[in-house]
Amino acid sequence: MRRLLLLVPLGIFLGLALFLYRGLFLNPAELPSALIDKPFPAFSLSSVRGDRTLSKVDLKGPALVNVWATWCVSCRVEHPLLNKLTKQGVTIYGINYKDDNTAARKWLKEFHDPYQLVIDDAKGSLGLDLGVYGAPETFFIDREGIIRHKFVGVIDEQVWREQLAPVYQGLVDEVQP
Amino acid sequence: MKRVSPARLAARGGASFTRGVCGLLLGLALLGSAQAAIDTYEFGSEGERQRFRTLTVELRCPKCQNQNIADSDAPIATDLRREIYRMLEAGQSDEQIVDFLVARYGEFVLYKPPVNARTALLWYGPAGLLAVGFVLLGVIVLRRRRQKSTDSGLSAEEQQRLAALLEHTQQASPAAQTPLDKLDKRDNNVS
Repeated sequence: MRRLLLLVPLGIFLGLALFLYRGLFLNPAELPSALIDKPFPAFSLSSVRGDRTLSKVDLKGPALVNVWATWCVSCRVEHPLLNKLTKQGVTIYGINYKDDNTAARKWLKEFHDPYQLVIDDAKGSLGLDLGVYGAPETFFIDREGIIRHKFVGVIDEQVWREQLAPVYQGLVDEVQP
Repeated sequence: MKRVSPARLAARGGASFTRGVCGLLLGLALLGSAQAAIDTYEFGSEGERQRFRTLTVELRCPKCQNQNIADSDAPIATDLRREIYRMLEAGQSDEQIVDFLVARYGEFVLYKPPVNARTALLWYGPAGLLAVGFVLLGVIVLRRRRQKSTDSGLSAEEQQRLAALLEHTQQASPAAQTPLDKLDKRDNNVS
């Protein structure tokens, strides 16, 4: 019994070591969104093309809602993949976050427009309701307009293939049981 | 007089110059951080200003993770400061403002997390560990004390022999070390 007691400090040490070792590989920049499984926030904003006012009902899931801006360098990196995904039949909506409208239109003309609709969120009010703290960020909404997943950062081929395609496929499969 | 080569003199001068510049830069940097939080917001009362100050210091910037909203220069921190100011002006309570931000950015934004089941370990863990430490310390001290007072680890027979030995050494002259050694040896053989 006494012998076993001597092992207690070793046990505590091992537990602590394991705990801290795991911490080495966690990404502190990864925040879980507070909005997972919550409905997409209501909004009423004009489209970037300026032809109509958009609201929550215009976003029909399952779809991706991509937050982007022309001042965001990484968005430019991400853009070609979004074009490709659209061609594959993925529905993508855009939120032009705190941006200049003219610059945004120019960007969409030059780099091709992968979005079904682009919401003009010049003041960042929708971004605030979505808990956006940078760009690019991508939300996944289901058929009911519920936010099911959030990805912060550039979506590249690998990220899409390994993490996000299964999420999207899951949302599509929900629609056609 | 000790001769110092011009090169070394220059090096020395260079070092003190570098140190001066470093000090100046450090001072400026500190000055900058002290002023970073000052916005051009006008408050109706000193109490409101104080509330704004407390809120922005206790809320964490989602982008630059180790700064609060008050100190951060990130665009999102500026937005959040403006939003907090707007809500304060609209007469919302501190709880309402904090809840508004938590609903959007999660509990991550709280530098002072709420006390609930998930954060209980965080809040009470250190105090609990300290208490456990004190209890263990108390147990060990009590045990030792009891051991010392009740028994010296010797049987009655051994105590008698100890007394005899002590008596023996007191009577013998300092040079009489050998009998004691012999006694020791005999002791070892016996046991």
